[in-house]
Order: sequence, then C-alpha cells, then structure tokens
Amino acid sequence: MKADYLLLVLGMGIVTYLPRWIPLIVLSRRELSEWLRQWLDFIPAAVLSALILPALVTTGEPRHLDVLQPALLVSIPTFLFAWRTRSLAGTVIVGMALFWIAGKIPIP
Amino acid sequence: MKDGVAAAWPICLGYAPIGLAFGVLAQKAGLTPAEIGLMSLLVFAGSSQFIAVSMLSGGAGAISIVLTTFTVNLRHLLMSSSLAVHLRRLNAGWLSLYAYGITDESFALNMTRFREESWDWRRALVLNHTANLAWIASTIIGGYGGRFIPAGAFGIDYALPAMFICLLVLQLRGGLYVAVAIISGLLAVAFSLMFPGNAYIVAATAVAATIGVFLLRWKGKARESGEMS
Repeated sequence: MKADYLLLVLGMGIVTYLPRWIPLIVLSRRELSEWLRQWLDFIPAAVLSALILPALVTTGEPRHLDVLQPALLVSIPTFLFAWRTRSLAGTVIVGMALFWIAGKIPIP
Repeated sequence: MKDGVAAAWPICLGYAPIGLAFGVLAQKAGLTPAEIGLMSLLVFAGSSQFIAVSMLSGGAGAISIVLTTFTVNLRHLLMSSSLAVHLRRLNAGWLSLYAYGITDESFALNMTRFREESWDWRRALVLNHTANLAWIASTIIGGYGGRFIPAGAFGIDYALPAMFICLLVLQLRGGLYVAVAIISGLLAVAFSLMFPGNAYIVAATAVAATIGVFLLRWKGKARESGEMS
C-alpha cells in the first residue's frame, strides 16, 4: 500500500469523523434550549427528504430536472408500501422487485 | 446484542449490493482489496467513497478529494446533534465509538427506535457496528469478485433508495413532520439545481427544520388564542 494513499484515506477519515463526533461530545452534556430541541426533532425527516427527492427528480452533471425516471415512478408504490407496513426489510425487497420489473417493461 | 443485530439486517441488505458495487468500481480504479477495506474502515460513508474513487480515477489531487469528502459528509453534523438528545450521561469513550457509526441509515433507524421504551444506546451501538461490518465486508468482496454480478440484476440499484423511502416514512409522525419533509425536499431540489456540489443537503435541512419550529410555535399560539376566545 502506498504511503500517499494511506494519507488520503486518513484525511478522508478525519474530516468525516469530526462532524460525527463534535456535536455528540458538545451537546450531550449540556441542557439544550426548547428551541434547539424542537429544531433537532425535525432534522431526521428534513435530512432524509433532502437526500431522497433530488436523487429521484434530477439527473446529470450539471444537474437538471428529469421527472420521467423509473426510480421516481417506482418510489410511489414503494412509499405506499412503507406507509402501510412500516417494514424496512419488506420495503427494500418490494422496492427492488418493482424496480427490476420496471426495467423489463419497454418504455413506449 | 440480539436486538441490535436483528434491527440491523435490513440495513445490511441495503448495504451489500452498494458495497459490492463500490468494491468493483474501486478495483477498476486500481485499488487493491486491502486498500478498499481500509477506506471503508476509516471513512465508512458510502456516497463520499464513491465520489472519492471516481475522483481518484480522474486523477484528482488528495486535497481536493479530502475537501469534497468533508462537504459530502457534513450532513452528519446535524444527525449527530439530533442523536445527542438520546445519548446523555454517556462517557466520552462510548460517545466517540458511537460517533464513528453515524450514517444516514443507522441514524434514521436508531432515532425511530429511541422513541420506543425498549431501545437503548447499547442496542444502538450494536446496530451501528453490525452495519459497519456488513459495509466493510461487502466492499472488500466487491473488490475481489463483484464483477461477476451482472449490472442491474434483481433491481439491486434500488435497494438504497427503497431503504431511504422507508426510513423517511418512519420519521413522519404527524402533519408537521410531513410539512417539514415536503419543504425540505422541494428546497433540496431547488438548491441542487441552482448550486453545484452537495451543500444543498445541509442547507435545505437546516432551513426546513427552522421553518418547522416556526410552524410548531405558530400552531401553539393559534391554539392558545383559540382557547381564550
């Protein structure tokens, strides 16, 4: 293994670890204000949505809007299945199956 | 111990195809299985590893790869803050170990579980490290022989999006959360179209959560004045 590769992954590891570590250390021993606690309570829903939606409706580099992707189409039944069952494993399997089937259907 | 492993298996199911795909790409970019495993061990953040490998094969310099990794993974700052509420009275050693395992998936799943009485930081930690092992192992296997799996087989490209969709659904505990998710998603799309890079994730999340707090307070006030009249 080359030394410069080792340095590269060490650097990547450090800059990834610090944002994971600092808030845990700083915030877990402090009384948080009501405002901050409410704000943090909204973070999971907000961050997951911010990760998912752009991936489903944009494509390319530089990014542009493309709402005719199979991934977006498949996300609707996948979402409904997740909503009804609340099963993570089930949703992954059903989503994969639907996406696989969608790939077999020729687009007119 | 058993609870944590049992809860982690859907994440492992989602990681395995992505990890294999990453291993294949990394091997094509000239990395050995040992080098692939080392990156997965030290970084443990899927999307940034994909980007790093494509930058490596494009001949990018180490500094720009490290900077890109930083911006892609900055979103963990918000997740870690949110988790801190559930990890009080833990000593610095355990917190430091916990911090290593914070990913989009483990964060979302543990946040859902922490709202249940039976979940605690030990189970959460087991979940983190089970997912971590699955990630490291699948990337190394991909580096050895993932190319024998045909591209796009069995819809494996959709494993991660499907998992994210369910993780989002599990966070929608009421109208306000749905509103925040919609606002965040739309803002993220708009920001991602306006600006290159990955800062749109953190920006959209922070703005949407702020709007959420205002909506919550506004709703509270409306209810108060409704009771008065």
